[in-house]
Amino acid sequence: MRDLVAVTPAAAELIRSLRGQHGPLMFHQSGGCCDGSAPMCYPAGEFRTGSSDIRLAALVVDGVPEPVEFWISRAQWDLWQHTKLTIDVVPGRGSGFSLEAPEGLRFLLRSTLARRDNDLPGGPGRPRQTG
Amino acid sequence: MTRYDTPTHWQSRYDHFIGGEYVKPHGGRYFENPSPVTGQPFCEVARGTAEDVERALDAAHGAAGAWGRTPAADRALVLNQVADRMQEHLQALAIAETWENGKPIRETLAADIPLAIDHFRYFAGVIRAQEGSLAEIDDDTVAYHFHEPLGVVGQIIPWNFPLLMATWKLAPALAAGNAVVLKPAEQTPASIHYLLSLVADLLPPGVVNVVNGFGVEAGRPLASSPRVAKVAFTGETTTGRLIMQYASENIKPVTLELGGKSPNIFFDDVSAASDDFRDKALEGFTMFALNQGEVCTCPSRALIQQGHYADFLAAAVARTREIRPGHPLDSTTMVGAQASNDQLEKILSYLDIGRQEGARVLTGGARAQLDGELAGGYYVEPTIFEGSNSMRIFQEEIFGPVVSVTSFADLDDAVKIANDTLYGLGAGVWTRDINTAYRAGRAIQAGRVWTNCYHAYPAHAAFGGYKQSGIGRENHKMMLDHYQQTKNLLVSYAPKKLGFF
Repeated sequence: MRDLVAVTPAAAELIRSLRGQHGPLMFHQSGGCCDGSAPMCYPAGEFRTGSSDIRLAALVVDGVPEPVEFWISRAQWDLWQHTKLTIDVVPGRGSGFSLEAPEGLRFLLRSTLARRDNDLPGGPGRPRQTG
Repeated sequence: MTRYDTPTHWQSRYDHFIGGEYVKPHGGRYFENPSPVTGQPFCEVARGTAEDVERALDAAHGAAGAWGRTPAADRALVLNQVADRMQEHLQALAIAETWENGKPIRETLAADIPLAIDHFRYFAGVIRAQEGSLAEIDDDTVAYHFHEPLGVVGQIIPWNFPLLMATWKLAPALAAGNAVVLKPAEQTPASIHYLLSLVADLLPPGVVNVVNGFGVEAGRPLASSPRVAKVAFTGETTTGRLIMQYASENIKPVTLELGGKSPNIFFDDVSAASDDFRDKALEGFTMFALNQGEVCTCPSRALIQQGHYADFLAAAVARTREIRPGHPLDSTTMVGAQASNDQLEKILSYLDIGRQEGARVLTGGARAQLDGELAGGYYVEPTIFEGSNSMRIFQEEIFGPVVSVTSFADLDDAVKIANDTLYGLGAGVWTRDINTAYRAGRAIQAGRVWTNCYHAYPAHAAFGGYKQSGIGRENHKMMLDHYQQTKNLLVSYAPKKLGFF
């Protein structure tokens, strides 16, 4: 489960920088059009997660005192659970209300196939709430 | 072929448009605005903050009362004058929009700008014809229902059709008598200012205010302000939820359009003859590349019935290979640039995951590298994947010129696959059989089912989503309901008391 979401060095650097500016952080994975599919980064607690969400990871990032939670809607994770996610960064204009947009950078999710095994939250089949 | 000149009508810098004039950003900061055609900046734009939003809200509140009391005929006249002015400058607006967004000039000339013009005219018309109602409760009691504007509304605009999407939100809000604070997308912040340079003199100061900036710095204060009576947003689900969350804190309504993963369904009988209808259906398939696929209703899942699957798909691949990439200002270019670098990167990440999941690439599948001044722009080859509906490329809006194709057995199977998605914004159904068309259209859980057509967006046809695609309907007079309160006067004409006290 700890391996479900990874962070590239460039993304870790941006997370450290944003942590310094904005305090503790969180991610919520978006869906839908326009900037959908992007991991949105907010001050921790800004986006209210609920029973429709699942916490995929509490990311440990060097230089960031607390874990950074990564959330996704449960329905979306149902469709994604065969993939492993890596948070990366690319130059961009950003959008939504994600914190990194003014930096001229954009978090981007890269995906690789994962095996369906008992390491996934909930084991085989539908995930359950973790965290 | 016509090659339009690179637009020169930009200012080098755009401030905020507040209270009928241009106002420098409170923080004094600006950001560069690149054209996706070349990747090179062509102007800089004010980087708005909460102070700028407050100033715009002050202006809007100052203007809302008088605008709301302005006779509908006069408000309609303003909208018609805006439309007339846009008509006079249609070509310049189209060039500006192409340079801003990267889309081909043939689309902005034939679709984006003409549709925006018609949209202003449509809402000018419906507001003239709108009536309140009265109900005769009993012999002495009458309930009168009046439409009243909400007051000041906030609107957050996407980058895929910067002018048309702004118009979809502005026209009904203004017709209904509201004042607006509008935030354009930070990827496409400039073309709305070119439009304002043409029409600002027609608008009473403060009725339309435009605050530029990033979502987190300008969009968030607008969406969370207790001083807006409603927020309208087009974008993605996480921001949509966040806007609903802010609205819940203020007990305000929202309308949201959050995208989809629209199925485009081709029944066997499409290929019953090799005629105009089949040709039209092949064009309908290829509509996934319209606007580089950056459309909330992109027909990005093609479902082809098994009986004609191989033949139809082969013809569709051939049609897709005829799509002509090129300079967006060239009138023969069919597919232009993606709107931003991060959009390009996201599309490429999906081309990667599609291959990893085992989908077959039938054509395209890579970044398109163009020459000359386009070398730094953001171009992608129109791509057809063949796979199954459980793959992520079938479940997520890639927002690029990418379609994922699978087959189906019969009507029930088609509907099952079509509805196996989190979203429900658009769908296409292609068949020569009216019964099949009707049954499929009613069974598909989507707000718009194009039947033997696709990607038409006329005013007076309601547009909006089922499921996670959002809340509300645009493009239709019912949108007025999203921008108006209902005032009920319950009036007694009885001279005598009730007798309770």
